[in-house]
Amino acid sequence: MSPEMSQHDLKMNTRYRARRTLGRAGVYAALWVGIIIMIVPFFWMLSTSLKSPIEILKFPPTWIPTGHFAQTEDGAAEVYVISEDRTAGTAVVRSVDGGPDSTVLSSEVIDRARLRFSNYVEAWNQAPFARYYFNTILVTLFVVAGVLVTSSLAAYAFARMKFWGRDNIFVVFLSMMMVPQPVYIVPSYIVLVKLGWIDTYQALIIPWLAHIFSIFLLRQHFKTIPNDLYDAAIIDGCSRFGFLWRVMLPLSKAVLVAVVIFTIVGTWNSFLWPLVMTNTPEVRPLQVGLARFSQEQGTSHELMMAAAAFSIAPLIVAYFFAQKQIIQSLATSGMKS
Amino acid sequence: MTWLERLKRKSYMDPLTAALYLVPAGIIVVVFRMLPIGSAFLLSFFDVKMGRIRGFVGLAQYARLFQDPTFWSSLGTTAYYVLGVVPLSLFLSLFAAVLLNQKIRALGFYRTVYFLPVVTSLVAVSMVWKWIFHPRLGLLNYFLQFLGGGSLQWLEEPRGIFEMAAGALDWSWWPGGLAGPSLALIAVIVVAIWRGIGYNIVIFLAGLQNIPDQYYEAARIDGASPRQVFWNITWPLLSPTTFYVLLSTTIVSFQVFTQIYLMTGPPVGGPMGTTKVIVYYLFEKGFDAGGNMGYASAVALVLFGIILTLTLVQRRIVERRVYY
Repeated sequence: MSPEMSQHDLKMNTRYRARRTLGRAGVYAALWVGIIIMIVPFFWMLSTSLKSPIEILKFPPTWIPTGHFAQTEDGAAEVYVISEDRTAGTAVVRSVDGGPDSTVLSSEVIDRARLRFSNYVEAWNQAPFARYYFNTILVTLFVVAGVLVTSSLAAYAFARMKFWGRDNIFVVFLSMMMVPQPVYIVPSYIVLVKLGWIDTYQALIIPWLAHIFSIFLLRQHFKTIPNDLYDAAIIDGCSRFGFLWRVMLPLSKAVLVAVVIFTIVGTWNSFLWPLVMTNTPEVRPLQVGLARFSQEQGTSHELMMAAAAFSIAPLIVAYFFAQKQIIQSLATSGMKS
Repeated sequence: MTWLERLKRKSYMDPLTAALYLVPAGIIVVVFRMLPIGSAFLLSFFDVKMGRIRGFVGLAQYARLFQDPTFWSSLGTTAYYVLGVVPLSLFLSLFAAVLLNQKIRALGFYRTVYFLPVVTSLVAVSMVWKWIFHPRLGLLNYFLQFLGGGSLQWLEEPRGIFEMAAGALDWSWWPGGLAGPSLALIAVIVVAIWRGIGYNIVIFLAGLQNIPDQYYEAARIDGASPRQVFWNITWPLLSPTTFYVLLSTTIVSFQVFTQIYLMTGPPVGGPMGTTKVIVYYLFEKGFDAGGNMGYASAVALVLFGIILTLTLVQRRIVERRVYY
């Protein structure tokens, strides 16, 4: 601090600092309110998914799943409390494994944290989730592979080759991208009917094998690779395809990773299209299966939450390992304009 | 052949070779995009049942569409939805982004958490929120009671929120026709904002970080207040980003379907049809038993027209105000 600084300045400075600190505390407080609002639904999903059907009906609800345990002849068994007589200090309980009701002292019923992982098994077995999972993974793999191949080839043509109408074709492609899916889903359905593809894997895979935005992204990147490199490679006897394969694609790894990520997320989570194009569990993907499960279940909230949790698990786990790339990739995928 | 000839031949490629590279993507785009988009227009003039074309009907379907009160109410519901989601989502995400742009410790942590719902499937998100909104056992009503309020019916409440507010405040002068969006629709709007906010925050944050530091430096030296800095530097320089977020959120909001399909009803669109949005109306008319796909195509065209018009209008209005 400079010696010239007067008492007044010092006071002002302290006040300013206090206000700043207060302001910063406010910023963090606001951000944490946001964090809680974002996290609570996920926590609530997990918490519910680990509760017993009886505990679901508790209001006010419990945050951490608890079970009741009562003394029996072979130790403490988990029970449901059917009713409680407060004046007599007794409770009627039923073992979770079935069996007749019995009356025990209220003091003998102990609450203990009890996570019912069996809900996950039960939910998994109540609908062909294994099949749904398999279908989604299969479709996603094919779509990702296909998009990589078709986009690289088309982007190469748009970026490096000279042919009649190139830029016009490209603009037409781009304009197709602007049309929202609900607009073309009805005629697409008719096209698939004509091809006999309704309720087949083809319906979920083939129309999505080309992704215009990926073509656009790759073309933009390919254009940044200098022409001299191309000329040099050709002079050295590299074929045109060889240049794409050995030079362009290795130089575009970051873009390709982005394409893979948003294609996976998009395919994994797509809903309207597979809802319309499939009818049977044999080809039905996970999201549609989950939606059906939710509509058929109706009241078993613990099973629905378990199903929701295991349906989002793969992407969430992947997200925690590669959040930076995933955020970046999804952010660019929206940047269509 | 000299190397020069080879070079010439290879860089000025004949259309045939180019076509070879374009064919895989081209076939898919033509058959599964251009053809459907082109025929959506034509299809709206035909009677189409179960995927089979049964006859030309001219403009009859449009006439029927414009006379259907359900169509108009679904359009109104969609408008309420868009007007609910877009401004709030924009405001909240910009607010969060500005907070996050202040040399926050552990910025990555906040961004990761805010973005988490974007990666989560809308189906799962809708299921979880439907459970949170449960009228008897839901977490939200528990909070309301905890704070000393009463329970609300949320997704099962057909009454409009203005009507409810007027009733609660004893505003007998409030016009009965002005009920507003149903509380059920508000619940759906909340979910949409929650799900999409992380995406908008990331876009805004990128926009904010693109504003050169010199401007802030200059403002600091001139002793500008934070409010002045925001309105005179941040807001104008951020306007291209804001415009992009505004446009993309509007376009996505107009196509809302999944939340409605999973959270409302049964029947979907309930209670009393107050959450039936335009894409669900289209889905119902086109794919439900006895549906008419020509009619649904007419709905699709109207939807497309609205989105296109809004895009152009927004662009025109904002063009003059955006500082590129």
